[in-house]
Amino acid sequence: MTTVYDDVGDQAAGDVPMRRIAFTINGARKIAEVEPRLLLAHLIRRGVGLTGTHMGCDTTNCGACTVLVDGKPIKSCTMLAVQADGHEITTVEGLASASELHPLQEGFRAEHGLQCGFCTPGMMLAAKALLDVNPDPTEEDVRWALSGNLCRCTGYQNIVKSVLWAAAKLRSQSAG
Amino acid sequence: MTALDEIKIGGLGASRKRVEDSRFIRGRGNYTDDIVLPGMLHMEILRSPLAHARIVSIDTSKAWQIPGVHLVLTGEMMATRNLAWMPTLSYDTQAVLATDKVRFQGQEVACVIADDPYIAKDACEAIEVEYEPLPVIVNPEQALAEAAPIIRDDKTGTTSNVIFNWEVGDAAGTESAFARADKISRLRLHYPRSHPSPIECCGSIADFNRATSKLTVYMTTQAPHIIRAAVALVAELPEHMIRIVSPDIGGGFGNKVPVYPGYVCSILASILLERPVKWIEDKTGNLISTGFARDIYLDGELALREDGKILAVRMHVDSDHGAFFSDAQPSKFKIGLLHSTFACYDVPVGHITARGTYTNKAPGGVAYRCSFRVTEAMFFQERMIHQAAIDLGMDAAEFRRINLVPDDAFPYRTPFGFLTDSGQYGKCLDVGLKAIGYEDFRKQQAQAKANGRLLGLGISTMTEPLGAGNSREYDILGIKMFDSAELKIHMTGKALLRTGSKSQGQGHETTWAQIVAHELGIPAEDVVVEEGDTDTAPFGMGTYASRSTPVAGAAVAMVSRKIRAKARKLAAHLLEVSEEDLEWELGRFYVRGAADRGVTITECALAAYTNMPDGMEPGLENTAYYDPPNLTWPFAVYIVTVEVDPATGVWDVLNMVAVDDCGVRINPMIVEGQIMGGLTEAYAMANMQFITFDAEGNCVGANYMDYLLPTAWETPGYELHSEVVTPSPHHPIGAKGIGECAAVGGPAAFVNAVMDAITDTGVRNIDMPLLPDRVWEAITKRRDVSGAPPVRTD
Amino acid sequence: MYPSRFRYEAPRSLEEAIRLLHEGGDEAKIMAGGQSLVPLMKLRFASPELIVDINNVPGLDYHRADPDGTLRVGALCRHADLERSDLLKQAQPTMAAAAPLIADPLVRNRGTLVGSLCHADPQGDWASVVVALGGSVVARGPGGRRAIPAAEFVTGPFENALAHDEIAVEAVIPAPVGTRSGGYLKLERRVGDFATVGVAVALETSDGSVTRAGIALTGVGGSTIAATQAAAALMGGPLTPESIERAAEAAAEAAQPRSDHRGSAEYKRHMVRTFVVRLLSRDGASVGKAA
Repeated sequence: MTTVYDDVGDQAAGDVPMRRIAFTINGARKIAEVEPRLLLAHLIRRGVGLTGTHMGCDTTNCGACTVLVDGKPIKSCTMLAVQADGHEITTVEGLASASELHPLQEGFRAEHGLQCGFCTPGMMLAAKALLDVNPDPTEEDVRWALSGNLCRCTGYQNIVKSVLWAAAKLRSQSAG
Repeated sequence: MTALDEIKIGGLGASRKRVEDSRFIRGRGNYTDDIVLPGMLHMEILRSPLAHARIVSIDTSKAWQIPGVHLVLTGEMMATRNLAWMPTLSYDTQAVLATDKVRFQGQEVACVIADDPYIAKDACEAIEVEYEPLPVIVNPEQALAEAAPIIRDDKTGTTSNVIFNWEVGDAAGTESAFARADKISRLRLHYPRSHPSPIECCGSIADFNRATSKLTVYMTTQAPHIIRAAVALVAELPEHMIRIVSPDIGGGFGNKVPVYPGYVCSILASILLERPVKWIEDKTGNLISTGFARDIYLDGELALREDGKILAVRMHVDSDHGAFFSDAQPSKFKIGLLHSTFACYDVPVGHITARGTYTNKAPGGVAYRCSFRVTEAMFFQERMIHQAAIDLGMDAAEFRRINLVPDDAFPYRTPFGFLTDSGQYGKCLDVGLKAIGYEDFRKQQAQAKANGRLLGLGISTMTEPLGAGNSREYDILGIKMFDSAELKIHMTGKALLRTGSKSQGQGHETTWAQIVAHELGIPAEDVVVEEGDTDTAPFGMGTYASRSTPVAGAAVAMVSRKIRAKARKLAAHLLEVSEEDLEWELGRFYVRGAADRGVTITECALAAYTNMPDGMEPGLENTAYYDPPNLTWPFAVYIVTVEVDPATGVWDVLNMVAVDDCGVRINPMIVEGQIMGGLTEAYAMANMQFITFDAEGNCVGANYMDYLLPTAWETPGYELHSEVVTPSPHHPIGAKGIGECAAVGGPAAFVNAVMDAITDTGVRNIDMPLLPDRVWEAITKRRDVSGAPPVRTD
Repeated sequence: MYPSRFRYEAPRSLEEAIRLLHEGGDEAKIMAGGQSLVPLMKLRFASPELIVDINNVPGLDYHRADPDGTLRVGALCRHADLERSDLLKQAQPTMAAAAPLIADPLVRNRGTLVGSLCHADPQGDWASVVVALGGSVVARGPGGRRAIPAAEFVTGPFENALAHDEIAVEAVIPAPVGTRSGGYLKLERRVGDFATVGVAVALETSDGSVTRAGIALTGVGGSTIAATQAAAALMGGPLTPESIERAAEAAAEAAQPRSDHRGSAEYKRHMVRTFVVRLLSRDGASVGKAA
């Protein structure tokens, strides 16, 4: 690996401060060299190459970049990549197992909870965090838990249904 | 052999689960920003902080000094290649990178191409631009003032800020109808500036291949073929050496129709550097510079007879187009299809005048989830209808019923010349009123009033023109607005379908296959749908203005029928009978009178490659270009009930009912998804979503902290009704389109509901958005609240 | 979307963090939750040269009550911790009311109360709450530890009383003397919006009589406003419609709102009045009943 710059005189290319971090993403352990200013979302998208985490705004409003850090949903555009050092990240690519979809993924498909699909990964991860602590949420619980994620296509009604569908399936799985 | 079950094979009317979801739910969508090409560089744009200023100088020397910077582009450099300006979709010009002046805040001034976007951004910050501020114009009134500065002084001979004056209808006839009127109801309205604002911003990756000299551009476009033509014209490249690929799109809503400076700059940069150049816009850039919507002022009046009959309608609109006239609309119509207003009412005569002006605001005027300004048309209509009923002292539902076009009047000629195709308007209204519990609510409302509570009910009824459009009247830059489909049936009966449309979430991969299944009996799961690559897709005008189903969807049906016609010949050959002796049932030809003697479409497909009759061209492929004979006219009734808190001006939605008659529904699940999305944008518009400007032209609404999209928490629930189905008589499968109805008709229902709640105040209007302070002001001051929310008044 | 370059340090102790701040001078910035700072950096409204990330400093993520009832909120206690806190639900009605209204659920998983106080956004909710409760901020610097009353901690829009090498390590809410009641009302246009108007009310009552009152206002001035006259109007007697009315008037008087696209100055003043009445009227019913 190498980076070649035009020789522009007084500014040396080599003085960019890099830091080495170690983190886990979707169960896989990784080491990365990152500039401190790199956003976690960019580390995930460009560094790791997992493009299911999207970026939709500059102001920490849209939630398209939602991932789980140590199980909690956060906006990965508003956390530095260096801050992931030592932490465990789950992205949409980590929802399904090798053989089967997560019930949330099934639910979003079954209840038409997505249209353009851009907000969907963030919605599903925020919903997963809800169901992890509240397996039997009300419609209001779901709407509240997803209120940091914007969707422009669906009007949310089917997203709520999708999450409730997944909750029911997860409950029946754990009962069975 | 029993006939196929159409629902089971995913045909017409099946709520088939979406094909595209399989990748989206796994995070495997392929959006523009997900594409990584070898050697790819990144571009960032420097934007003007000022709304109107002369550019004194641009010094890029420090930017060039930053390691990792490959190119800094300015307007001056673009000009040497004749690329500083480009044509718009409305026969105007737009600056790509500013040369002489900046004309709105956020205008593109320079761009940097670097190894990564962080460095490109650093370099943008290092560019020094000296501006000499000029007086700023932020609304039509200022633009029309006597001594107003001329914004478009780049165009020689420009002496005012007026872009156009346009009129339609019968001025004299309207005048005489007003003279006869028992009552005249007047309303002045503003539809505030807004933005389609898909969550995904715009972006492009230009990849000029130095070996082949072919340019490939991956980009967020709803209309790849139009872009190819535009790039050929703008960049003076041969069209056959341009390939536009529109991958998955994270929502469009009209925002991704026009050509934007960022696309052009990335293309030139790739040509100059001979490397792929990626430009991904940030949200601020998207909201501050790309196609805005609305921003129209209305003076409207209705001539009324005492018994409730509308005698005539008269409107004047002033529209604010920003610094460049770049509306996306058919060439013939200067203010889009605004004159589709009042199409659902039996109004004998009308007259509309429209005036467009330049201001120091972002250009655009895109069709934000509507067919070319019909949102404004229907909003104005339904607000005027609401007020007219009050002015007449009539019930709002009854007033509509008196004036709606009756079922037996179709095809019906509107006062402005459109021909509506079909409808059962009264029946839809009945369904809506029953669903909301109209009579009961009126009683509740009266009781609540006695207790000091304010309840309100708002109705919006409308038809809108979809599916632009027939080639006699509709073109964009001269290109007729047909669309296309190409169908290839492989020898095993599996199929590849390509269209000129481009889904941005509408689910074309699912629904187009359903039309093929309906026409040919090939199971939908055996049909793969591809769109968005101009090297493979047949020429089409793209997806916007609810035109996919009315035009491209019709082309899919027509190409399927062409395939079926050839299959019939193959079947006759296989069965050794004449074509006239064959009957068709879903998926199969059989001999008339001998139902057990037949061949399936799959067998015909195999024969097309293995056993065709003498003289027949082999293969089973075809292409259809569909030029619609007319527009399609869906009808909708939206009814909302609200409670307004008089102490705070906060209002909450109690119930919302939507009755949509969009003709035949291909996939009811997807149709309902479209309606709920549209209703939510209507709610957003009525409640919180707007862009406004201060006197210096600073844009408020250039990020999601100020430009408010509702979340799951605020968004109300909806009750949808689909029991009224009036097929379009001229569409091959009777469909009418649905993508935009709710966003078009919805806003007036919300506003009418709040106005109904406060009718006793005598206030005639609160302009959107109905923010709590504006509602409170209307209630407490008993006066209209007009115009965009002021940025600062003290 | 892309922050400027900065140096980054993630010390593992407060001492080290203070040393880094001391050396970094004015250009150093503490990062805790980063939910205000990172957006500002992405927009390049802020471009600090040195970020001192305190997330690796152990022992700051607490919120707990001392035996006497004093509440302490550590610098790494997240909004979400407070939203879910039984302690707040039982003993801190004003804080419990405000916690779910901060930003949105995802931001609440990262952002901190102490960080919000330091950020000193005039539209920040926590500052009003802590001011109304008569709380303070504990700062640690090279010279040791000092407590700064919340009302003095916020010195202006986006300005606080910390020296450049001081770290706010804890917010302290004093123990109640009487029975605590109160609430927080916020007018926001949608979840995650900044307050158009926010009002925090914190009361303590003994034998039906108000023994301590705090009222503070969000979003209606250049910084958080302590409506001391309004609070004074409630002192020394039971809540009555008259005293509530006087407090509401005084609070409206104390507000210094500006007209903007969120509403006119007159409306905002009216909302302050309305919220004070609503908080106290609702509260009136519960005075003496709160645990």
